Amino acid sequence: MTTLTKTEGAKAPGGPEAFLSVRDLRVRFSTEDGIVKAVDGLSFDVERGKTLGIVGESGSGKSVTNLTVLGLHNPKTATVEGEIVLDGKELVTATEKEMEKLRGNKVAMIFQDPLTALSPYYTVGRQIAEPFMKHTGASKKEAKARAVEMLDKVGIPQPAMRFNDYPHQFSGGMRQRAMIAMSLICDPDLLIADEPTTALDVTVQAQILDLLKDLQQEFGSAIIFITHDLGVISKMADDLLVMYSGRAVERGSVREVLRAPQHPYTWGLLSSMPRLGGDTAQALTPIPGSPPSLLNPPSGCPFHPRCAFTAEVSGNRCSDERPPLPAGRGAACHLGDEQRSTLFIEQIKPRLG
Amino acid sequence: MLQFLIRRLSGAVVIMFLIGAFTFFLFYSIPQDFAQLACGKNCSPENIAVIRENLGLDKPITTQFWEFMTGIVSGRDFPQGHCSAPCLGVSFDTGDFVWDSIMDRFPLTLSLTVGGLVIFLLFGLGTGLLAAWKRGTAVDKVVSGSSMVLSSFQIYFLGPIVLSLLVYNTGWLENPKYVSFTEDPGGWFMGMLIPWAVMATIFTAQYTRMARSTMIEQLQEEHVRTARAKGMRQRYVFFRYAWRGSLIPIVTIIGMDLSALLSGAVVTEFTFDLAGIGRLAVDGSLTKDLPLTMGVMLFGAFFILILNILVDLAYAYIDPRVRLA
Repeated sequence: MTTLTKTEGAKAPGGPEAFLSVRDLRVRFSTEDGIVKAVDGLSFDVERGKTLGIVGESGSGKSVTNLTVLGLHNPKTATVEGEIVLDGKELVTATEKEMEKLRGNKVAMIFQDPLTALSPYYTVGRQIAEPFMKHTGASKKEAKARAVEMLDKVGIPQPAMRFNDYPHQFSGGMRQRAMIAMSLICDPDLLIADEPTTALDVTVQAQILDLLKDLQQEFGSAIIFITHDLGVISKMADDLLVMYSGRAVERGSVREVLRAPQHPYTWGLLSSMPRLGGDTAQALTPIPGSPPSLLNPPSGCPFHPRCAFTAEVSGNRCSDERPPLPAGRGAACHLGDEQRSTLFIEQIKPRLG
Repeated sequence: MLQFLIRRLSGAVVIMFLIGAFTFFLFYSIPQDFAQLACGKNCSPENIAVIRENLGLDKPITTQFWEFMTGIVSGRDFPQGHCSAPCLGVSFDTGDFVWDSIMDRFPLTLSLTVGGLVIFLLFGLGTGLLAAWKRGTAVDKVVSGSSMVLSSFQIYFLGPIVLSLLVYNTGWLENPKYVSFTEDPGGWFMGMLIPWAVMATIFTAQYTRMARSTMIEQLQEEHVRTARAKGMRQRYVFFRYAWRGSLIPIVTIIGMDLSALLSGAVVTEFTFDLAGIGRLAVDGSLTKDLPLTMGVMLFGAFFILILNILVDLAYAYIDPRVRLA
């Protein structure tokens, strides 16, 4: 299990088991309209060999967080504060050279759309072999042998022949397999998968998820799995972080969060998702309103303008005071624990069917 | 590949024929007697008849057209002697073979084009890449700002200023003139220096802007980010991944500019009083010299078509998605 943070914002170094530990991360972009707080005080840990799922709407800061871990944000427009410690090494202050050695080697990334994420101008084989040559100093021949081996591992038939193909000669699912081969070629300790199945059709999705799980067992990599699909996350992740407006609003093990969610936002996510075998008479309930502007986020709890339960909290705490995310399993919400479990059992659970 | 070439080349021949036909018949729609024009004001009917026969104007128009077009392939015989293929006829005005006049002017046009091209590609793409690499810095602002100003200049504006500065007032350089490269390479270089510089300045500015903007666009492509996420060095990502994608629009524009320049840089030639293909074209249409105009038109069309094919070949080389079949 992932070690959960003691208190949010604490500057404690990651525990011995935590391979990646993010502390009070803040990423701001200066734009013409003002400062966008894309990530605002986020902390989490990922343990070796485990999978952390991150869910949230578009613009909740999921992708920015992970691009920042790899140092792929634009240094001219983004300011990064906080701590990102990977295997004992601080990354926020690391130089570009140090980051280059890390990327694709210790930490690799799989992107959402394999069509645009692979260069159309070079062969799939070359693109897979490149990081291996760069990070291990292998010769062209060795790198090719390794790349063919990886293509075989991700289930591409006739890998030696396919090595010389261009991405446009691959199908969508095969491209994502190639992308996975590319990310795992240096046997990374951490794999960041940013919505890796969103651009694929459902049957291929399932294959890719199975493949990722199998390879995780073989390579022993930790995975950060970003998605907005709760169905996918229940299959992939050990732990779950729910993000909203650049902050973590709930965390716990996947089982805990999906079975007994505590945050009204998580309730909303679950109620808006259809279930197999669910009651067809029960209408899906969307979350009212739209995601908050990161330029000018709501005061207090960022979810309060869309929350149906602010009346249950005494006074104006929801709009005045930012709720902290408690240690370990928990949610950043002003509702009391008992209040929440009562509300969930009485009002939300029946709707989930 | 071979199939592609055969198809494109035969297409080019058809287009050349159509351009020829269009120019020819359009020219004949001018309400003027070319023989009268060649003969002058005080001309006896006998003289006109002789000239008409000499120029072949006594034959039906379709026959004249056919003779002209077949002459390109197999040559023709004129009273002045045999005109070997590719024969573009005899000038109404001077009586010279048009092909010879063109070949006479072509070395200048070629020198102007190649010299200018080398300068503006080197500087234009160089500064454009630099600005993209240093995007948002002072270097970028200076480069983009000055290229914006320079690209709005015109040759006929910049040319006289440079001439008056470097030639008339200081005497540092001589008036531009064309000297054959094989006879006097140094003189050739010095003679072409000002035209090159002025022409290249304006082109450089355009190439800088284009290189910068396409590079910035490419650098935002997702596959470029993937390359960085793999740990590839920034310079490698810039020159391998982003640059490769920028080549397509750049090659397209180079092809267009090159074919335009090879078929005559009229403004540059007039500004610096040089006699190249562009001047020949203007002379041809001013004196209503049909064979000369036809010749220059077809000569220019040839380059446009050939460069189009070359650009398409370059696309296939740059982008594997463009399959030639």
